[in-house]
Amino acid sequence: MTIARIIVPRFILLFFVVFGVAIITFTISHLIPGDPARMIAGDRASAETLENVRRDLGLDRPVTDQFVIYVRNLVHGDLGTSLRTRRPVASDIATFLPATLELGCISLVLAVLIGIPLGVFSAIYKDGPIDQIARTISVCGISMPVFWFGMVVILLFYAKLQILPGSGRLAMQFASPQRVTGFFLIDTLLEGRFDAFLSAVRHLILPTFVLAFANLGVITRQIRASMLDVLQEDYIRTARASGLRRRAIIFNHALRNALIPSITLLGLAMGDLLYGAVLTETIFAWPGMGTYVVTSIQTLDFPAIMGFTVVASIGYVLINLLIDLAYMLADPQIREVG
Amino acid sequence: MTDTAMKPHALSIENLSLEFPTYGGAVKALDGVTIQVGNAEIVGLVGESGCGKSVSTMAATRLLPEGRYRITQGSIRLFGRDPTVMSDEELQQVRGKLVSTIFQEPMNALNPTIRIGKQLVGVIRRHEAISRRAAETVASNILSDMLIPQPSRIMQAYPFELSGGMRQRVLIAMAFSCNPGLIIADEPTTALDVTVQAAILRLIQGRARRTGTSVVFISHNIAVVSQICDRLYIMYAGRIVESGPTRAVLDTPQHPYTRALLRCLPERVQPKAQLESIPGTVPNLIDPPAGCFYRPRCQEADERCYAKPQSTTLAGGQAVACWQRLKSQTPVSSEA
Repeated sequence: MTIARIIVPRFILLFFVVFGVAIITFTISHLIPGDPARMIAGDRASAETLENVRRDLGLDRPVTDQFVIYVRNLVHGDLGTSLRTRRPVASDIATFLPATLELGCISLVLAVLIGIPLGVFSAIYKDGPIDQIARTISVCGISMPVFWFGMVVILLFYAKLQILPGSGRLAMQFASPQRVTGFFLIDTLLEGRFDAFLSAVRHLILPTFVLAFANLGVITRQIRASMLDVLQEDYIRTARASGLRRRAIIFNHALRNALIPSITLLGLAMGDLLYGAVLTETIFAWPGMGTYVVTSIQTLDFPAIMGFTVVASIGYVLINLLIDLAYMLADPQIREVG
Repeated sequence: MTDTAMKPHALSIENLSLEFPTYGGAVKALDGVTIQVGNAEIVGLVGESGCGKSVSTMAATRLLPEGRYRITQGSIRLFGRDPTVMSDEELQQVRGKLVSTIFQEPMNALNPTIRIGKQLVGVIRRHEAISRRAAETVASNILSDMLIPQPSRIMQAYPFELSGGMRQRVLIAMAFSCNPGLIIADEPTTALDVTVQAAILRLIQGRARRTGTSVVFISHNIAVVSQICDRLYIMYAGRIVESGPTRAVLDTPQHPYTRALLRCLPERVQPKAQLESIPGTVPNLIDPPAGCFYRPRCQEADERCYAKPQSTTLAGGQAVACWQRLKSQTPVSSEA
C-alpha cells in the first residue's frame, strides 16, 4: 500500500527523466562540432565514401526524423549501434556494466562497513585518539583526488612492493569466465575455478579501496556528526536514566536514529560511484562503463555516449527509489504516515 | 516520617557543593545544599530556572556529563549508598530499578524510531529476569494504571502517534515499571496543557502513594508542587533558602524569596489586581554576590545580609536561611 505509493510515482518519473535525457543528449550530440562519419571513414576518405557512411548511419536524414527513430528504438531497448565497436550499444553496455557494478558495489559495502563503525566510535570517544585518527582518515578520504590517490597506490603496491596487480580484472593466464552475472567473483566460483577467483579478488583490492576511500571519509564524517547530535537527545538521557546498557544505548537507540540523515548521503555516494568509477577505471584499466564512456567520448562515438547517459540516468532514478525505500525502513514516521 | 527512622532515607543530600569548571571560571551550581527525602515521602523542589534543582538530583543519579563537574564538598546517599563511587555497571542497575527519572520534554524523551511497547519492555527486562511475554503484560498493566486507553494498541504505536499528555503518561509508566523506591519527576508537567497537568500530577501522586514510592518533584511553579507534596524545598542560586511542610511554607512563608514567589502566582492575587514579578535577575554563579545571594533583589536587605545566613530550623519543622527571620522568630536549633 504505502510501498506502492512510493514506487509508482518513481516509475512515472523514470519515464519523463529518460525522455528528457534523450532530448538533451540528442541535442547536444548534434550541436557539438565534429563529424562522426569523418571519424569512421578516416581523414583521407573520398567525398563519396563519406556520403555512403552518412547514409548508412542515417545522418543524411532530417534531425527530427533521426530523433523519432532514436526514441522509437529506445523504447524497444535499442540504444543504437556504436560507431567504434560496430556492435549494438546495448550489448556493449551489458558487457561493461557488470564490471563497474562489481567494483562499485564492493567499494560501497567496504565504505559502509568501515565508515559506520569508525563514525560511531569517533563520536563516542570524541576528541580522544580514536576520534583523531578517524577524523584524519575522513579528511584524507574527502580531500585526496581519486586520480592522485590511485596513482600513489599503484606506485606503492604494484610498482614498488609488487604484491598486488595494478590493472585489469584477471591475471593474463586466466580466461574470462562465462558471463552469468558478469561479476567475476561469482562467475569464477560458479565455474569452480578457485585460482581465477583469487586472482579476481586480488585485482579488486586496489581499485575498490581507492574508490571506497572518498566515500568512507564522507560516511565517517556524517555518522560522527549525527551520532554526536543524537547522543544529546532527550531520549538518550531517558535510556541512560532507565539503566540501559551503554552498548544497547549506542547501537539500538542512538545509531538507529543517526542512520536516518545518513541515508541521503548514501544515495549521493552511490551516484558518486558512477563518476568515481570513470576515474578509477581509467587508472586501473578496468574494463567497465567508465573506460567505455571515456573511449567513446575520445572517438566521438555519439550512440555510445547517449546510451551511457540514458543508462546512467535510469541508474540515478533507481538509486533515488532505493533511498526512498530505505527511508521508509528506517523512519517509522515516513512508513506509518506515508 | 515516623516508622522510617531505622531505614536509610530514599535520598539524602548533605551540604553538597558542586561546580562546573568553564573557561570563564567555575560556575558554582550548588552551594551547601541539604535535601532529605524520606521513604514514601513526596518532596517538592522549587525555584527559578538555573537555581540548581535539576543539578541536585542529576548529581544523585550521576546523569550530569561525566568529567565536566566537580563536587567540592558534601555527600550524596541513595538508599544509604554513595552514587559517586559506583561503577558504571552498578549505576546502570540502580537507575531505573532503584531510582528513575521523569523528564520535562515528553516530545523528545521517547525514542522516535522504536515502538512504545518495545521501549517499555526493554527497560523492564533490563531489570527483571522475565520473559518478553511477561514483560509485555507488566507494561500493559502499568499503562492501564496510567489511565491509557487500549494499552495493547498504544504499545504498537510510535511516539509521534501520541499526544504530549499520552507520551508523558508512557514516560511515567516507564519510570514506575520496575517499582523503584524513588522517582525524580523533573518538571514533568511543564510542557503540557494546563488541562492535563492536574491529571498527570494525580497519576504520579496516586501511584506513588499506593506503592510507597518516594518522589522528588521538581518545578518552578510553587502552586503545582504544593498540590501533591508533603514537604517543600525552596532553592535560589544554588542554595536552599527555605524548607518545611508544604502547608507551613505556603501559610507562613519565612524567606522574602518564598513570599515573592507566592506573590507572583496569579491564583493567589485578587482579580484585576496587579500581578507581581520579582525585580532584578538571578545572580551570576561564577562570581556570586557576597553574603545572601538574594540580597541584591531583596526589599528587606540590610548590612547583616552581606554575610552568608545559616539555615535555622523553626518550630513546626520549617527552616529558613535569612537574617531578617532570626530576630522575629525563635530559632529551635541552628545548623552550622
